[in-house]
Amino acid sequence: MTAPRDKFGRPIVVVTGMGIVTSLGAGKTDNWNRLTAGESGIKTVTRFPIDGMKTTMAGAVDFVTVEPFSSTSLSERLAVIATEEALEQSGVGTRGDFPGPMFLAVAPVETEWPQRLEVARSVEKRDFGIIDYLAACGNGQFTHYHRRFTFGSVALHLADTFGTKGSPISLSTACASGATAIQLGVEAIRRGEADAALCIATDGSVNPEAMVRFSLLSALSTQNDPPQGASKPFSKNRDGFVMAEGAGALVLESYDAAMARGARILGVVAGCGELTDSFHRTRSSPDGKPAIGCVRKTLADAGMEPGQIDHINAHGTSTPENDKMEYLATSAVFGDHTPNIPVSSNKSAVGHTISAAGAVEAIYSLLTLEHQRIPPTINYEVPDPAIPFDVVGNKARDARVTAVMSNSFGFGGQNASLILTREPA
Amino acid sequence: MAEPKEVWITGIGLLSSLGEGLDAHWEALGAKRVNVDETKLAPYVIHPIAPISFDAQIPKKGDQRQMETWQRIGTYAAGLALDSAGVKGNQDVLSRMDMIIAAGGGERDLKVDLAIMNADAQGNSQPGFLNEKLMNELRPTLFLAQLSNLLAGNIAIVHGVCGTSRTFMGEEASSIDAARIAVARIGAGQSDIALVGAAHNGDRGDLLMLYQFGNFSLKGQYAPVWARKDSPGFALGSVGAFLVMESREHAEARGAKPYAKLTKVVADLAKRKQPGAVTKSLEAMWPQLGVSDDDGVLITGATGAEPATSEERAFLGEHPGLAVRANGTTFGHTVEAQFPLGLALAALSISRGALYPANDPTGFEVEKTGAPTQIVVTGVGHWQGEGMALVEAVK
Repeated sequence: MTAPRDKFGRPIVVVTGMGIVTSLGAGKTDNWNRLTAGESGIKTVTRFPIDGMKTTMAGAVDFVTVEPFSSTSLSERLAVIATEEALEQSGVGTRGDFPGPMFLAVAPVETEWPQRLEVARSVEKRDFGIIDYLAACGNGQFTHYHRRFTFGSVALHLADTFGTKGSPISLSTACASGATAIQLGVEAIRRGEADAALCIATDGSVNPEAMVRFSLLSALSTQNDPPQGASKPFSKNRDGFVMAEGAGALVLESYDAAMARGARILGVVAGCGELTDSFHRTRSSPDGKPAIGCVRKTLADAGMEPGQIDHINAHGTSTPENDKMEYLATSAVFGDHTPNIPVSSNKSAVGHTISAAGAVEAIYSLLTLEHQRIPPTINYEVPDPAIPFDVVGNKARDARVTAVMSNSFGFGGQNASLILTREPA
Repeated sequence: MAEPKEVWITGIGLLSSLGEGLDAHWEALGAKRVNVDETKLAPYVIHPIAPISFDAQIPKKGDQRQMETWQRIGTYAAGLALDSAGVKGNQDVLSRMDMIIAAGGGERDLKVDLAIMNADAQGNSQPGFLNEKLMNELRPTLFLAQLSNLLAGNIAIVHGVCGTSRTFMGEEASSIDAARIAVARIGAGQSDIALVGAAHNGDRGDLLMLYQFGNFSLKGQYAPVWARKDSPGFALGSVGAFLVMESREHAEARGAKPYAKLTKVVADLAKRKQPGAVTKSLEAMWPQLGVSDDDGVLITGATGAEPATSEERAFLGEHPGLAVRANGTTFGHTVEAQFPLGLALAALSISRGALYPANDPTGFEVEKTGAPTQIVVTGVGHWQGEGMALVEAVK
């Protein structure tokens, strides 16, 4: 039997299940309806005191609660919700027995403030130092915090719950993490190691320290009022990104495995690419070369020409620098075709889901292909003349979409792109 | 599927509590030297990084200032590995080199943390106190010195490793998977050359917190790994261990010599709630390496934490022909760096045509004469994740 292959002779990788949670809601239906209606999930933070903060809004997922709260527990819970939806749709394997590996994009884990302070209150000595504190850590009352705050804890729990095979991989490539998780799954299927892969990306990082840290890097928007107006990619008055939470899960399968079990194919991951930027720890190379190289590598991986891309789901963070660089890189690759490509940024509505963004936006891209409708970039009131993209501003646009490029460009020089198509090329 | 391509280890970078570079490590291992500190964070035993100026591999002071110690250790060791592979400064190779780093998080500002915790414990924290302290006292760049993926970011900036960059997390398992994915990608032709490694700084009170929650730290007096039965635990160690891996064709085309080849890496996630799960997991992985029991060599990353170490030892007990070396005895436990350290020591031993002497008063580790041609490396996480690799001489 000759398995269906792409033009490079590799197994074709398809998506058979998707699940999503963002500040707009849980599930594909709610997300799609609200996203295309131009709604925003950004609100003033109520989870913790915001006194003294420069940025006071976020796309927090407040309708999901975990007790006791920690960002790590919330990330895990969001991942479970998204994965259950994806598995339900895909129907691959059986409950608790997923027939392949797991790749998990997750924020770096640390013991968090509520837990730090809880331990501190159990130290008997006044003006304690680290050694006194460590003794309290080890007094036997806090063993569960080891289980919670090891970096591998989220993957361990998800692997246990969903019965994925082998050693689950937790990864961080900053804002590109979600795309990297998908890329690892694609590569495993192309190598013939697996017929199915579970790619999950999650982030529940809206906590005081994370907000302060991004704020100290001057990365966040401070246009707090109204909160839903803060994220305005490609606008002249954009001033930073808005932190957000969410999760996306995708079931990837080889085309032949999916066909053999009669699965419904939701789309194809036609190409992936990544290229590192070594210019600066937080800033992109001003010439856009690494992003240009990343987009070109992705086209080459898919065996496609720039003219075949008919929509770009942009990284579009709403930071002054990213959006400008993204236009520069895009126009360098797509040339005269650039004005013909409708561009949109989902971050205008859901905020920047950081570790989850690559997967969340891949799912929105696949929904765009399914519905032949491009979700709007909201808050697009003052277009930046330096970014003459065909921005799908404020209102969803019906369009013929056969191939979407989804970009992720992150801190630490992490660039990754995906090309998603409706049918195998 | 086509036969996988042979993966060569053509570069090794080591910086640790013993010093820097392969000669220094070979000499120290031969002399059974251990650098351990029982006082600085007493009662917790640690292996601090050897005194070092980072200038040789991180020439710009500005770059050094942007990093915390774990990143300096890693960036330095990565530079050593690139030097050792003969690709340092080679833009053609570096611009398409894939990088897979295993990382935890970086150093916190303990002073700030302790001030907040003390104030809170004494009831002196008003609403907004935490925000105010964090806003005013955290160094803006500290975040970048902490973020897991910024070790890779620094290696890209300082050394120009710019093909791809992926950071895996998850304690010990993260570096087993880093090696496994690199070998799989090179074997399948998805990558030609990769930099794989990790860095760990053991001199960190903030990091001890996590392990103290589970009571995993070695306290009081140092003892070799196999002699910790009555007071189990691990002493955090300090290591930067990096390897340049490439396909045989790629290495030959540029005239690079191999230290060894990395034939196979396998990994598992045993269900440890069941006693004996680690032993079973290792037994299940062993046949996948296709090595003979007799007269073999095995370098283990055994931590000294229980029950993982006893369960690994039960597996080793079933293979009495193996000459075992626990790198935890010499280097302490370096978590993400433990597996690449094992791979580095295996490749080094093969290239030197000898196995370094045992350093084990219990007699579990036995001497081995003659040149090893196959060395198995194991990694068993203190809490989760198991793996195994086979390093072999290139014929």
